[in-house]
Amino acid sequence: MNSAPALPAASRENPFPVRWTTRAVWIGLGLYVIYAAARLELTWERFVFGLGNGGRFLARMVPPDFTKMDLLWKGLSESLEIAVIATVFGVILSLPVGLAASRNLMPVWATWPARAFIALCRSFHPVIVAILFVKAVGFGAIAGILALIVASVGFIAKLFAEAIEEISLKQVEAVRATGASFMNVIFMAVVPQVLARFTGFATYQLDSNLRNSTMVGIVGGGGIGSTLFTAFQKFDYDFVLTILLAIIAIIFVGEILAGWIRRTFQ
Amino acid sequence: MTASGATNGAATNGSGQAGSAGTRSLSIRGLTKEYRRGTPVLKGITLDVAGQGITAIIGPSGTGKSTLIRCINRLVEPTEGEIWFQGIDLARLRGTALREARRRIGMVFQEYNLVERLSVMENLLCGRLGYVSPVRAWLRRFAQADIDRAFELLDIVGLKGFAGQRADALSGGQRQRVGIARAVMQRPDLLLADEPTSSLDPKTSVEIMELMADLTARNDIPVVLNIHNVELAKRFAVRIVGMAGGHVVFDGPPGDLRDEHLKQIYGGEGWLE
Amino acid sequence: MIADQRRWERFTPQERLLRFTFYLVAVAAFMVSVQTVDVIPEFLYDAPEQVVDLFARMWPMDWKYYPKSVHEALIETLHIASLGTILSLALALPVGILAARNLVPVAAINQLAKLILVSSRSVNSLVWALLFVAIFGPGALAGTLAIAFRSIGFVGKLFGEALEEAQRGPVEALTAAGAPWPSVFLKAYWPQVQPAFWSIALFRWDINIRESAVLGLVGAGGIGVALDTALTLLYWDQVAVVLLTIFAVVILAEIIVTTIRSRII
Repeated sequence: MNSAPALPAASRENPFPVRWTTRAVWIGLGLYVIYAAARLELTWERFVFGLGNGGRFLARMVPPDFTKMDLLWKGLSESLEIAVIATVFGVILSLPVGLAASRNLMPVWATWPARAFIALCRSFHPVIVAILFVKAVGFGAIAGILALIVASVGFIAKLFAEAIEEISLKQVEAVRATGASFMNVIFMAVVPQVLARFTGFATYQLDSNLRNSTMVGIVGGGGIGSTLFTAFQKFDYDFVLTILLAIIAIIFVGEILAGWIRRTFQ
Repeated sequence: MTASGATNGAATNGSGQAGSAGTRSLSIRGLTKEYRRGTPVLKGITLDVAGQGITAIIGPSGTGKSTLIRCINRLVEPTEGEIWFQGIDLARLRGTALREARRRIGMVFQEYNLVERLSVMENLLCGRLGYVSPVRAWLRRFAQADIDRAFELLDIVGLKGFAGQRADALSGGQRQRVGIARAVMQRPDLLLADEPTSSLDPKTSVEIMELMADLTARNDIPVVLNIHNVELAKRFAVRIVGMAGGHVVFDGPPGDLRDEHLKQIYGGEGWLE
Repeated sequence: MIADQRRWERFTPQERLLRFTFYLVAVAAFMVSVQTVDVIPEFLYDAPEQVVDLFARMWPMDWKYYPKSVHEALIETLHIASLGTILSLALALPVGILAARNLVPVAAINQLAKLILVSSRSVNSLVWALLFVAIFGPGALAGTLAIAFRSIGFVGKLFGEALEEAQRGPVEALTAAGAPWPSVFLKAYWPQVQPAFWSIALFRWDINIRESAVLGLVGAGGIGVALDTALTLLYWDQVAVVLLTIFAVVILAEIIVTTIRSRII
């Protein structure tokens, strides 16, 4: 064929230079995996053995047990109640706490305690918080509700404060210049800017609480978690499958509901 | 004290006498503002603004025009000085008293500063927020009289039918019209404007200035604005205040503004061609 | 002049209906829940006393518990979290790709992938742990797999969304030049989503540290085992040590993640 025009010398450099830092990260990760697996004694044999076990396990789960529906429903409804109550209280509490934590609107004596409180709420896993509440208020739904309220405030208030810190202060300034009171400024200049995001956080937390409400029961916080745990201990694996399917279905419905709420408050 | 404001362009109605003009006049005494210690932006400004017509403050960037305007309604805190309006020193006010003073002073902003996600109507009703309780504001329960006034103003500013549109769907000129209407909704005794035309194209700038002049003349509201377009200032203002280096270097009717004054204010000659 | 009364309505009738329905449903759900939930009042009255008792038993903390049981378990927890996260990244990548409409335009596959992701997310890591403990026996293997399987849903969903938001331009350019699919992915999509990918990975690792800490409560290894032992024996002073350790590690992880985020991403 015809010969291509001679390229200037500069472009003979490799146009795709090897980025050593990225390579190093990948190699580092690979080495870590090998090291950690060895440390945890995750050997291939154990895994394969477990797979065999898993096969037997799955066989015992299928077909799911549909005979204990009233037990299932009792546990599920309690979980739903826990999730609803916790979300409502969590959302209501997060409004003042999140507002107090926003550094662009509030003075330091408000933001520091509010941020510290939020950090405290976020520090512990809801299960751990549930354990502590079980000690304080006894077994049952109340412990679960309180634990999830703490988790909700930790999540929603934090993100709410971050959303407020990102608003345009020019709009706030203009409303302030009309002589509006502090709350009026909040309602007419701040809320419109953050409402859509806040609804997103609230619905996400509703979803999250639905999930977590299935879990707090394992440590005594009420709801289907305890039904599930008992079923495991009694080796009723076919009932376990039923419970799991029900949980997945509820979460699925919850996500649809969340989407609908978000659109309503767009 | 007042009286240096001549009546060029200010078509007052019967009640626009010295009486109400007196109650709408502004007296600034020794206003100083330091953003950083030792480098004052405003150096002891003393100024009397008549209670009628448009007073335009001109000057190069950074000379404190915007700071001066914003000190009046305390969006910026003065370091020293007094701002007398309706018998009260605005510089000393706090809390409820400050809010009550602010609701009598409307402001128009360079970047319109509308609440983008609210509708035009809601933005207009913001002008009444100084008079409404938080619960009513939240539920948007404004008096029908306010809503009527809002519709009226929308017609006047040429935005009939825009009440339900979201503010961020409007063009720059349209937004500034809403901004002006919002300020007028306050039924203010004074209107401030911080570079109201700087974000607009030349044609729209003239339209906005005409609207402001017309609306404020009709409702007998004195205006203090800052602007960097000298031609617009000369055309619409009854009085021009030139600032340079934090001081007032010119104060008089537009007819008196000569090239030497402009040189003194802005420095250099090339741009005067 | 009579001002003509023009009405202003903040919401259209449909919007009002929707909002009303929402409030109705929300209030009803709340009322029903409050009425049917089982509350034993005696326990509530007791609560302040119990809390005081709890703190009294926690202090002074049993520091000897740390080197004895907690330290080893802590290291194990960190490995479970990290390994589990890495494993989930490897598994979530293909599923996330399958769920992205713009990469795999087959709707049925998208839906199936999304279903996998939803299911993975719906089941708590604790429940996954129960499952894996039953299959693989107690220990770190169950824990690692539990973390991995739970995280697939999270990583896959966010990663899929990042892929769907990628710009078509580079993709079209490379496809037009005749590049095979893996190359298109590697050179057109991957550079765009890479920052999001690492960000998601860090985010999930942070969450997984918290999650791994409690897996031991059901026997899946890690510091939760130490916690469970202390709880069963009601040695609250040891429980306090474990909680403090978890707290410290979580804070440390947050600091690491924030630093990496601000420096590199």
